[in-house]
Amino acid sequence: MHKLLTDEPGKKMLLLGNEAIARGAVEAGVAIAAAYPGTPSSEISLNFFQMSQESELYFEYSVNEKVSLEVAAAAANTGVRAMCIMKHVGMNVAADALMTLAYVGVRGGLVILVADDPSMFSSQNEQDSRYYAKLSGLAMLEPSTIEEAKDITIRAFELSEELEEPVLLRTTTRINHSTAVVTCGDISPPKTKGDFTRNPMRYVTVPAVSRKLHVRLLDNLARAEETANQSSLNFTEGKGNWGIICNGVSYTYVSDAVQELGIEEKATILRLGFSHPLPREKVNSFLAGCDRVLIVEEGEPVLEEAVKALAQEKGKLLPIGGKSTALFSRLGEFNPALVREKISAWFEVQETLHDKQEPLIQAELAPRPPTLCAGCSHRATFHAVKKAAAGMDVIYPTDIGCYTLGMLPPLGMADFLICMGSSTGTAAGFSRTLDKKVVTFCGDSTFFHSAMAGLVNAVFNKHNFTLIILDNGTTAMTGHQPHPGVDMEKHGLSGFGKIDIEEVVKALGVGYLSVIHPFKLNKSIKVLQEAFAYKGVSVVIAREICTLYGKSLKMPKMKPFYVSDKCQNHKDCIDQLGCPAFFVKKGRVNIDPDRCTGCALCAQVCPENAIRPVKTNDK
Amino acid sequence: MKVIRLMIVAVGGQGNLLATKVLGEAALLAGIPFRMSEIHGMAQRGGVVESAMIFGDAKSSLISDGEADILAGFEPLETLRALGKCNKKTVVITNSAPIPPFAAAVGWSAYPGPEDLQIQILDMAGSLNSFDATTLAIEAGNVMAVNMVILGALAGTDLLPVSAENIRETIRNKTRKNFIDVNLKAFDLGFKQ
Repeated sequence: MHKLLTDEPGKKMLLLGNEAIARGAVEAGVAIAAAYPGTPSSEISLNFFQMSQESELYFEYSVNEKVSLEVAAAAANTGVRAMCIMKHVGMNVAADALMTLAYVGVRGGLVILVADDPSMFSSQNEQDSRYYAKLSGLAMLEPSTIEEAKDITIRAFELSEELEEPVLLRTTTRINHSTAVVTCGDISPPKTKGDFTRNPMRYVTVPAVSRKLHVRLLDNLARAEETANQSSLNFTEGKGNWGIICNGVSYTYVSDAVQELGIEEKATILRLGFSHPLPREKVNSFLAGCDRVLIVEEGEPVLEEAVKALAQEKGKLLPIGGKSTALFSRLGEFNPALVREKISAWFEVQETLHDKQEPLIQAELAPRPPTLCAGCSHRATFHAVKKAAAGMDVIYPTDIGCYTLGMLPPLGMADFLICMGSSTGTAAGFSRTLDKKVVTFCGDSTFFHSAMAGLVNAVFNKHNFTLIILDNGTTAMTGHQPHPGVDMEKHGLSGFGKIDIEEVVKALGVGYLSVIHPFKLNKSIKVLQEAFAYKGVSVVIAREICTLYGKSLKMPKMKPFYVSDKCQNHKDCIDQLGCPAFFVKKGRVNIDPDRCTGCALCAQVCPENAIRPVKTNDK
Repeated sequence: MKVIRLMIVAVGGQGNLLATKVLGEAALLAGIPFRMSEIHGMAQRGGVVESAMIFGDAKSSLISDGEADILAGFEPLETLRALGKCNKKTVVITNSAPIPPFAAAVGWSAYPGPEDLQIQILDMAGSLNSFDATTLAIEAGNVMAVNMVILGALAGTDLLPVSAENIRETIRNKTRKNFIDVNLKAFDLGFKQ
């Protein structure tokens, strides 16, 4: 049985933040959940997907975040509990649905989890999702610890039903990817079937309806604020007239710092776990007892601006420190020492606890960037594209996925990237304003997510570029989640369809379409040249299974290759491909047989045919 | 309880996350308060994997620069890269067997020599125990058991609030069946270092 389905109230388990959230949802009786994978939220969906195989929970990987929210929203409006999971940038995709769903509301609890990524450990920006709570007028809860993450998820479902509105549950990477001991509670059996009574004047958002619904939303927001004022998620700790207001993980740093600095008698902490709408009454009475306040929040100065506005309304003059006073930065993630240092600076307390060490002056250390795996077919495709485009002036817009790593040398195949699915849209723009050949890349999952819409647009508007769909049979970057092109039978799972990308592209009326198998290098180059010569939209599908995914499916291993004595040390293999299975020892090129997957790409690049498959009595 | 901060660094695929999980489960078994956090987004693609474990009564799950009590490295270059977490009292335990990053493996950039490593680490930290954990892992029966060797060495220092016996029991109960014997042997070989 899946460990998160363990029905032993009181049992203590070591859980990742994301597992704690999934467990919280299960304890709350979630019946339906949907997501598009995105780090740092991925493990929540993974656990739902696994649990859905052995419980009544319905979970789906939707094609994108907007669709997943639509699925969850409809289910919640039949009265069942639903959840939708995404990373911060996914919220941008879902935002269209979100803004009007806030007007419509829900009947069963709907929790929208959004995982922010301060410091951008695995994201293209570090936007602060708290603005979406403000923008949509929805309540937002923010856990500070893993233990709390489970309980606050349950509370989010209850709150959603009390308010009849979706509730935003916001985490940051440091919650998603931290681990602690969590005590299991009771599992509520999910209510999996609901009901729906037709009432277009309530649920169909034509202007006449929406005008009334906006009033409803504002009423609900006012109710939410009353609840936030009473909520035990917004608590104070300590005593004294130095005030510190914080949210999320920042609370843990603040709490530790106050203790380490020994100012428990001087500083009162207000932790806001129910952070939107701002519990103004609670904040007001907190401010009344303070003569100096510090706001500790990662990301944007959301609380800081709100608290300052509130102080002004009440005519209370007191110093409020934070980002505007240049104490904290709007960049990156906080840490315990940073928060301790800023607290001691703002309240002028001596920090004697930790000896400061001069920062290490280190010689430039060899970096260890993530790379395309040994045997990754994207490397072969990129190489073939380069060869096919030799002598041409080309720009390469790209998209979000493993293949984005193709930006690194020696491949260097990425010139422009803004968001998931932007390959086809940006290619169109470049092709209109540059006298260059435009070749763009997207993955198979990304194609279904939103690159497909740009392709439809390109065919209709007769843009001029080549799209290469890197079809490796899975959503590789986030850990091999399925998408509509995946054959689920291979996983022994029935009840799924399968959509052939080739058929979709054909149906869209693309003028040139070919499929290549990128490890067949010369053939691939020839096809790509044809595609590049085509005027209009041409599409090449580069189809080869992700090597890591193939390993997990236990596909037969191919023989590794080795470098024979015929090698003249041209190093084309290394300089052109950069496969991590290569290493140089005593000036000679070698292949690590444990890492080589036998893709034979290097053997086709070697001018002397010196790279050969290992035979039993060879090597 | 006194707060003890342990930082573990490794190259993706070396089993850092399993090692911290074993240590966490052992702490749970022993009833010791702890929390941990990790950065693993690009792990499968050869990037760096970091995890932080904090034992004792602290709420945060992150170790700031200069505040690690123990730094354990599964790969020497990564130990070097993490030295910012150390202070003059930090105990450093590191594998001495290098895994050069691709650029260094093919000669595009330099990999620091073993003496450089020693000097730089001792310049920043309190003490250093450097040994070839990779060879010991192979001796135990699987090169993948470097994580268990380092875990053994950590348990051997007496700095962890978790006992070696608790860790052994966790290895027996929480690691894959086919690897239990290899893992235990690797742990014991590390313990003696």
